[in-house]
Amino acid sequence: MTRQARTDKSFPAAGGQPAAAPEELAILGIGLPAWNRLLLVAGLVALVVLPFLVEGFTTFQMTQVAIYAIAILGLNLLTGYNGQFSLGHSAFFAVGAYTAAIAMNHFGLPYLLTLPLAAVISFLVGFAFGFPALRLEGLYLALATFMLAIAAPQLLKFSLFEPLTGGAQGLVLMRPEAPAFTGLDDDQWLYFISVIVMLALFWLSGNLIRYRIGRAIMAIRDNPLVASALGINTPLYKTVMFGISAAYTGVAGALSAMVVGFVAPDSFNFLLSVALLVGVVVGGIASMRGAIFGGFFILYIPTVAESFADVFSKGLSWAAYGVLLLAVIYVMPSGISGLIDAVIRRIAQPKQAPRRTDPAADVATAGPGPSNREKK
Amino acid sequence: MELLLQQIIAGLATGGIYACFALAVVMIYQAIDHFNFAQGEMAMFSTYVAWQLMAWGLSFWLAFGLTFVFSLVMGAFLYLVVLKPVQNASALSQIVAFIALMCIFNSLAGTIWDYSVKPFPSPFPETALFGALVTGHDLGMIAVTLIMLAGVFYFFKFSTLGLAMRAAAQNPESAQLCGVRVQMMTALGWALAAAIGSVAGMMVAYKVFLEPNMMYSIILYGFAAAIVGGLDSPAGAVAGGFLLGVVENLTGVYVPGGSELKLTFALLLIVVVLMFKPTGLFGHRVVKRV
Amino acid sequence: MMNRTDCASCIRATLAATVLLAATGAGPAAAESQGITEDTIKIGNIVPYSGSASAYGNIGEALKACFAMFNEKGGVHGRKIDFISLDDGYSPPKTVEQARRLVERDKVAAIVDVLGTPTNNAIHDYMNRKKIPQLFVISGAAKWGQPEKYPWTMGWQPTNSAEAHVYARYILDTLPEAKIGILYQNDDYGKEWLEEFRDGLGDRADALILAEEPYETSDPSVDSQIVKLAASGADVFVNISLSKFATQSIRKANEIGWKPLQFLNSVSASVGSILEPAGLERSTGIITAQYLKDATDPQFADDAERKEWEAWMDKYYPSGDKTNSFNVFAYAGCHTMMHVLQEAGENPTQESIMTAAGNMKDVAIPMLLPGVTITTGPDDFYPIETLQLVRFNGTFFEKYSDAIDVGKP
Repeated sequence: MTRQARTDKSFPAAGGQPAAAPEELAILGIGLPAWNRLLLVAGLVALVVLPFLVEGFTTFQMTQVAIYAIAILGLNLLTGYNGQFSLGHSAFFAVGAYTAAIAMNHFGLPYLLTLPLAAVISFLVGFAFGFPALRLEGLYLALATFMLAIAAPQLLKFSLFEPLTGGAQGLVLMRPEAPAFTGLDDDQWLYFISVIVMLALFWLSGNLIRYRIGRAIMAIRDNPLVASALGINTPLYKTVMFGISAAYTGVAGALSAMVVGFVAPDSFNFLLSVALLVGVVVGGIASMRGAIFGGFFILYIPTVAESFADVFSKGLSWAAYGVLLLAVIYVMPSGISGLIDAVIRRIAQPKQAPRRTDPAADVATAGPGPSNREKK
Repeated sequence: MELLLQQIIAGLATGGIYACFALAVVMIYQAIDHFNFAQGEMAMFSTYVAWQLMAWGLSFWLAFGLTFVFSLVMGAFLYLVVLKPVQNASALSQIVAFIALMCIFNSLAGTIWDYSVKPFPSPFPETALFGALVTGHDLGMIAVTLIMLAGVFYFFKFSTLGLAMRAAAQNPESAQLCGVRVQMMTALGWALAAAIGSVAGMMVAYKVFLEPNMMYSIILYGFAAAIVGGLDSPAGAVAGGFLLGVVENLTGVYVPGGSELKLTFALLLIVVVLMFKPTGLFGHRVVKRV
Repeated sequence: MMNRTDCASCIRATLAATVLLAATGAGPAAAESQGITEDTIKIGNIVPYSGSASAYGNIGEALKACFAMFNEKGGVHGRKIDFISLDDGYSPPKTVEQARRLVERDKVAAIVDVLGTPTNNAIHDYMNRKKIPQLFVISGAAKWGQPEKYPWTMGWQPTNSAEAHVYARYILDTLPEAKIGILYQNDDYGKEWLEEFRDGLGDRADALILAEEPYETSDPSVDSQIVKLAASGADVFVNISLSKFATQSIRKANEIGWKPLQFLNSVSASVGSILEPAGLERSTGIITAQYLKDATDPQFADDAERKEWEAWMDKYYPSGDKTNSFNVFAYAGCHTMMHVLQEAGENPTQESIMTAAGNMKDVAIPMLLPGVTITTGPDDFYPIETLQLVRFNGTFFEKYSDAIDVGKP
């Protein structure tokens, strides 16, 4: 790793994150507050108006994008901001989904109340898993979490838990119905619930990252030894981050259970973990808005790949997906978010944007991950 | 007691599969300081190549040799064409590249040779030994694994090339300064890892049958075995493979609910081992510098 | 104020996509009988083309080839079949998404041959809420035949329960002192099967069954399970395993010299794709229950239906593997669907399609075994309810019993 990359590992460069964006844009002369606010309002209006403009299926897809975005953000908090690997987030997704399903089916809990419950239970499970994870780093953690992803469906099927989980058959949920006074159909209702939850969780994590705890977790990511030396309680922060990340993913799982209306062990295999990780990387590591791009990517790209493959043979859909994935990594090494930052900069400052200081390229090399290069 | 002995022997036979792959995992780790999540699918693809060669009438050992060479080339080619362009990207991006490769190989094999289960021949006698617990193939497979282990051990311990490769993986900048051609070394590491993987694939294919998803769980156990044994210790990884096979079998028999939760217990074992020996049972401690 | 910018950034991120979608997404409301036009009928299908169950993707390809053949022959009542097959990777949430895509965006008239129990479970309520036929579910679960509760869903093959009871009955009748060892896949399929088999043995179950060994689809091999079953002293082996695990278990049992009377679940009883890889000699003596003709079976070498099937494979699906039993399965399934569409009238609707599906009387479908026909009724949504015990003689499955009417579960 080059010296330049190392220095760029400092917080502001760690992702095209929103904190820096307005200031930088302001410096570049295009980030006028009014312009910004206009975009914000337009975006909000679009979010509200969208389900009334499109058919139910598209609303359903947008709902899923919002749900994936929440899960990806959860994984990003852990991986992107805290530098801890996880290939096991499908397990936390499953915990949330099953919490919602069991609470609704067996205990008659109203569906909205299952969301905080799913958050709490997923937090506890994540927090508990965070303890052994403390001693593991990089690849070792990747493997332990990978095993968690593989073990989760097995545990859900386990005969002792069957009365609760429905075993291999899974559980069918009553789909939440829109209250009459809203005048919405069920798809629109679920869309608004998911989007509101998503916005709230983005807001929360924005706060989390910006203040003390955020500085601490990123310091741990960038140099754990220094962080400890500076008096940061590394074990506590790391386990808590595991818990918070699991809680986010669990909430996404609970929402997904409602939207899909069905939970089964097969829904939460390790490919879901892989998809979430792909979402994090493609969206942009340590980028909050990247989570949304990631959500779009993992929902839509498999379908795109399928239609590409259709030309030759249905069986090639994974090959097409793989090629698309490689293309994305080549073209956007710092994710969609990084690419957008780079484009904005290029537009704003066409003459003074030599490649050397292209921030997107730096982000690519400064990404987190197993700090195995630091080993001696 | 007899059941215990039976299960241990049966476990060693299964463990041979894991050991074979654990060795391939260690090889790539030595070469790139990283896992290659596509390694299982690459090995599967190589095994299909061997199958195709035999279907065209070649003898086992001739097909074996040609596949070995093919895999060497494929490994180096993949590094130079696919991975080199992203080697400066973050570790996560590289993992996504591995995932992409995994999808591509799986899909290609399924399209070229379809998904039906194919028998793969064994070069060893198929007779059953030790009260039918172990077959001649099991012993042959273990022997091949041990021969490969000896080779890998010698390579890294005594050959200059092996040392250079290790240096290139662990500290590219310093290695470069010492005159090691880092990219050449990495390409060679990929080639060797792919070749060892292909041998492992050709050995286990007789046992598990050939199909595009055959490596899905084997590679997982291979990673696990390598981690339990120690990623920088080829012998440890092989031992980890056998250990995993035996423990998995014993929990299936002696732990209530164990046969339904074999993988879960394997997970527990790994986590417990890593809690006490974070670098694996036979791994070396690493000292970190700020 | 700073907090607001977080929301701002993510909202802005959705904005572009939103505008795009709004521009393209809108469509007209569903007509009364959607998917049926002057000259086409849209039929949807979902199978795993990717992921761990991708071996079954073949069924979708074969269905497509079969509908193509019918289209070339002029279709049904002058309408061509517009067949859309999608991939769900055997993941239930993805099945829901694909089913909604088919029903709401592509506006299919019906969906057929969706593979899997959990996947069909996930869309069971949805299809019935939308009142779009979910026909010929590829799953042996009993729940696909509940016309009162789910009038839009129908199975096709004999249920797992029916098959398990046939073996149990046979064992009780002919081998009252059997010592049974069971290998089963630890999922919804294997567990239901095992439960029904125990049910079939009744109060003799605990006395007769010596050992039950589950395996996970993530296990590399079932060798150790077979060793355990052999060690238990069982002399009857009930083998409820799928694809490569079936192959492995047959070979391993033989390899270690265990020679029980073996019952193999019919899903795996394919000479070409399971027994041949395991070794034909090793497979000799295996008993199973069938309802389809095995295309690799020499006793059907001169069979007219089989020849027709082969001609179809050659012309419409040349890349397909003729030893793969899925190609027979899909062929028969597609013929059943064409029969239903034929009977659904000149101007079919969703209702008339279901009425036709629920009114089949002794319908002969090509590639079903002699004596096996399809019969349904308004309260009988189990199309195939006949099984025949067959025994593998080293080259083909020979008839071992007459066709057994298994009735409703």
